Amino acid sequence: MSEESSESVESIETSEPAETSAVINLVRQEHPAAILSTHRHRSDETLVLKREFIQPICRLLRDHPDCQFEMFVDMTAVDYLLVETNLQQTERFEVVYHLRSLSKDHRIRLKCPVPENDCQIPSIHLLWHAVNWYERECYDMYGIHFEGHPNLNRILMYEQFQGHPLRKDYPMDKQQPLLELNDVEERYHYGRFE
Amino acid sequence: MSTSELTTISAEELKPIHLPGAIIPAPPEESDTSIMRIEIGPAHPAMHGIVRLTTYLDGEQIVGMVPEIGYLHRGFEKESENSKWIQVIPYTDRLNYVSPVLNNIGYSMAVEKLFGVEIPRRAQFARVIMGEISRITDHLTCLAACAMEVGGFTFFLWFIKAREYLYELLEQVTGGRVTINWTRFGGNGTDFPDGFLKEVEVRLEKVQEVIEEGDQLVTRNKIFIDRMKNIGVLSKDRAISYGFTGPLLRACGVPYDIRRADPHLVYDELDFEIPIGEVGDSYDRFLVRMEEMRQSISIIEQAIDKIPYGPVMTRERYLGYPDKKEVYGSIEGLIDHFKMVMEGHHPPAGEVYQPIEGGNGELGFYLVSDGSGDPVKCRVRPPCFNYVQAMPELALGHYVADVVAIFGSINMIGGELDR
Repeated sequence: MSEESSESVESIETSEPAETSAVINLVRQEHPAAILSTHRHRSDETLVLKREFIQPICRLLRDHPDCQFEMFVDMTAVDYLLVETNLQQTERFEVVYHLRSLSKDHRIRLKCPVPENDCQIPSIHLLWHAVNWYERECYDMYGIHFEGHPNLNRILMYEQFQGHPLRKDYPMDKQQPLLELNDVEERYHYGRFE
Repeated sequence: MSTSELTTISAEELKPIHLPGAIIPAPPEESDTSIMRIEIGPAHPAMHGIVRLTTYLDGEQIVGMVPEIGYLHRGFEKESENSKWIQVIPYTDRLNYVSPVLNNIGYSMAVEKLFGVEIPRRAQFARVIMGEISRITDHLTCLAACAMEVGGFTFFLWFIKAREYLYELLEQVTGGRVTINWTRFGGNGTDFPDGFLKEVEVRLEKVQEVIEEGDQLVTRNKIFIDRMKNIGVLSKDRAISYGFTGPLLRACGVPYDIRRADPHLVYDELDFEIPIGEVGDSYDRFLVRMEEMRQSISIIEQAIDKIPYGPVMTRERYLGYPDKKEVYGSIEGLIDHFKMVMEGHHPPAGEVYQPIEGGNGELGFYLVSDGSGDPVKCRVRPPCFNYVQAMPELALGHYVADVVAIFGSINMIGGELDR
């Protein structure tokens, strides 16, 4: 790496404002016990929360006139197993939400650490329509249980699939047996089998 | 879960939205034959890929629907996590396979954001030109298929013909029609060949002609309007709550375009309008897409006027491969090339979310890097995931023949939906 390039990288980092935004201050004011940390990287604002607070904070962010995050953009999880990192990870999983406000024109990222041995988090499917399928996908891929979700089934994989494929300890080249045709037909009543 | 008393809140206190979700009517009595279940898909010609809509009918009216997806799941994220950063670019071609350039651009921009670098201006303009060409191919395909499914076969042939003009343009730059693998981190793989921009102008004129012909053919056609008008209506608030973006949200009357709202590349220097609809039905989506193609043509023409000369790749050693001349001619070049091939890129530790306006809505990439050279997480936010989720509500109360008119207008792309 040449000297010029390292300088240009640093200058972008330092150009970001250090102060926290009004949204983070508001959350800190309303739920002081909920925030684990905040940071701002490449102009993406991030709020790391305790998972117990995800419902009231999401409601606050959706309904408060200063926030108005009326669009639920994306949700996923990250598995930090086997990651030798300086990302300062305390728990194995982290559920990540991205919200967008159209009227206020800002974005925010929420993160909730979830431990491996108690792999659940309250569902927020009552707040936005879009959440329902995203939580199902997250459950399908990582096995994180969303407490209160009305229909927590697999969405991308098939029902008989064993394990959760995006966990880091799920082997890349593992193969699972294909379904017997009879199982499928029985399930969907396509044929008449005695 | 051990939630403390302080934070447990009841469902009413959450001010829930009314949730239809997957609408499944109560199972009828054995003697009752009023509700019929009919499976549309997975392998149905109108299903644009593979998706299954379990539809419940009362007579011919839809009373419930359960979409089932995942038939095209190829493990994009798992593959990406086990690849080097640069090896993910070809996978992104296969996400939305009718606008592959936009996927390439989105992913590359996300990694560039992770690095914190800015690419040369010529490369930015080139991305705008190629991206808008790709957006036109996306809309052409969607509208062509949508019109064909409601009976307009000529329209389909004309629009696919126009799409082919544009695919040939992509081929001149990238060497491939659909699987193009064009962008790199810090720029683009290839510059435009000689005379390319002239060729673009010529072909865009031909495409514009086809669009106007198609416009005359179906836009004010009574049969077409009868099939599309007031079908699949979704209100503004519910569309936002469902996470609709792109042409579908604009058809509901929300002027939200990421090219304007979160300006990326050089879109803030270009002049274009954001068309919006009124009621948010299938016909509005058709009109919005038609107008967006004209706007895209205008954007390309402006970008051709403004595109500067210069490199299309940054000179950062840690981003791009060195020139072949350097590799074979100097020891430093050879070492750089070797390290790049063997170790790949090393973005600094951190996480980014980069949204761009894809052909179909907000295409977002969420990347997590630990600085080691392998992606920890490479998530793509597919726009049509939300649209298919809303299918039960869009189709409720309509007739079974309207399913294709609705499903055609939401432009589901299997590769992107199931990843």
